[in-house]
Amino acid sequence: MSGSDILVADGLVAGYGEMQILHGISIRVAPGEIVTVIGPNGCGKSTLLKTLVGVIHPTAGKISLAGHDITNTATRERLRAGLGYVPQVRNVFATMTTEENLRMGLVAVPGPVRERQDAVRKILPTLGDYWSATAGRLSGGQQQIVALGRALMASPKVLLLDEPSAGLSPKATDEVFGHIRTISSEGGVSVVLVEQNAHKALAISDRCYVLAEGRNRLDGIAVSIASNPEVGRIYLGAGDGAEKP
Amino acid sequence: MTAYLVAILIFAVIYGFVALGLNIQWGLTGLINLGQVAFFAVGAYCAALTTQAGLPLLPALVLAALVSGSLGGAVALFTPRLREDYLAIVTLGFSEFVRLIFLNEKWLAGGPDGIAGIPRPVTIPGLDSETSFLVIAAVLLAVAFWFSQRLAHFPIGRTLRAIREDETVVASIGKPTLTYKTLAFVLGAALAGIGGALFASYLTYISPDMFGPNVSIYVLAAVLLGRQGSTLGTLAGTAVVAVLLEGTRLLKDYITVVDGVQLAALRLMALGLALMIIVAVRYGPGRRA
Ligand SMILES: Nc1ncnc2c1ncn2[C@@H]1O[C@H](COP(=O)(O)OP(=O)(O)OP(=O)(O)O)[C@@H](O)[C@H]1O
Ligand SMILES: [Mg+2]
Repeated sequence: MSGSDILVADGLVAGYGEMQILHGISIRVAPGEIVTVIGPNGCGKSTLLKTLVGVIHPTAGKISLAGHDITNTATRERLRAGLGYVPQVRNVFATMTTEENLRMGLVAVPGPVRERQDAVRKILPTLGDYWSATAGRLSGGQQQIVALGRALMASPKVLLLDEPSAGLSPKATDEVFGHIRTISSEGGVSVVLVEQNAHKALAISDRCYVLAEGRNRLDGIAVSIASNPEVGRIYLGAGDGAEKP
Repeated sequence: MTAYLVAILIFAVIYGFVALGLNIQWGLTGLINLGQVAFFAVGAYCAALTTQAGLPLLPALVLAALVSGSLGGAVALFTPRLREDYLAIVTLGFSEFVRLIFLNEKWLAGGPDGIAGIPRPVTIPGLDSETSFLVIAAVLLAVAFWFSQRLAHFPIGRTLRAIREDETVVASIGKPTLTYKTLAFVLGAALAGIGGALFASYLTYISPDMFGPNVSIYVLAAVLLGRQGSTLGTLAGTAVVAVLLEGTRLLKDYITVVDGVQLAALRLMALGLALMIIVAVRYGPGRRA
């Protein structure tokens, strides 16, 4: 199915200045698929997403989106080409309202604000409950949904989500994951989901990559990764979910 | 006494430009700059040389802003991704580099002797030279203040503030954060250049020893005192620093138990103490950072 994959990253080498964090990571995402990326703290999951969206640039490797090489393009171009990205924690414009945050989603990809906002509110109806509230004052779960909404404004084909459950209660996590599943199944959007909360993430995923120290360690369909004892031992911590301390 | 007050006010106004500049860089955008004195010095030398060559003050100020701003742009471009840790080192090193150039390149800037006989080409009819200068400088500062305020509240200012909060979020929507940060750095350097130009014109004499790292620290203190990010607070902070630094000179005539050198040390202690109290009150236990 490699020919039909929407996002393909091959042998990515990247880092910060002199410090190399990714030592040749490869992942592929098919249309409409939810792919989870797990791995221990500091193994480079966030760095991988930043490289995919062009916040940092790889020194080797290749990234293509819908068949086009985007390796050397700026974030702006990648957003236009159909990538959406929600960074890890503190991912809203805290001094802006929900409405203004969504507006920011069109900065690089101009479009009709009202129409897009209405479309996003159809997918994430709860946004209406805090539409005019200052994003910085919202709960963690609400902020995640605002950030999701902002990324959806540009009608992405692939959404890169960095630990959307970080710091959330189990109930809020379920709500956010429910939204992610809806976005994928109803909107046909592919999702790359970086998560610490591996069990819950795997439950809504099709496939999974396990990273360690900036390298691919394992990959496979979500159910088999979830039941793989090696993964359980090394990456899922003491059995149930391995949430952040 | 009045003349002395006017002098303190003029210094406060001059440092106001430098601090407003730092506030755009550090307060608004989060770019640390430990060498703001470099852009102040370049503005001063630029104005000294050009006004001596006959250029009127206003164009000299514009030129100083352009030259200092461009230099700020160069520093920004040479600092990888304008990262905090690199910036701290680069700006500090750069400011000493600039001072040493002025100190050693006699042909350019008079070397250790500096430049004397800089014109102060402003007079308002009916006012003495000092008061005229104060009025004009204060009007210019008001313009700079207005500009800073607008900047902070325009979309660009919100973007800069968002960059300070978390750069990745701004990058995630496709805004070129590096360009924004560079722009903030350039604007801050340009404002410092204007301050430097006024400084040279007011004193009519400048020399490299006036541009040591302590100037950068005073300005950092002013921005910190004024609550990082607030334009009005920055000016208030500058006033406090100016009074602590310059005002205490006044005590020299009244206090006889300490000599001049000791008084200078006391001045710095007073500034340090004021900073410690402010930081303890504002960010101490039980406050949110
Ligand atoms: N901006 C940065 N500059 C320098 N080093 C960084 C930067 N961001 C992350 N790192 C380093 O890169 C490594 C990988 O970080 P990364 O954030 O990608 O890990 P992660 O897998 O997302 O971890 P976590 O589960 O804690 O989110 C870490 O050692 C981290 O310290
Ligand atoms: Mg991470």
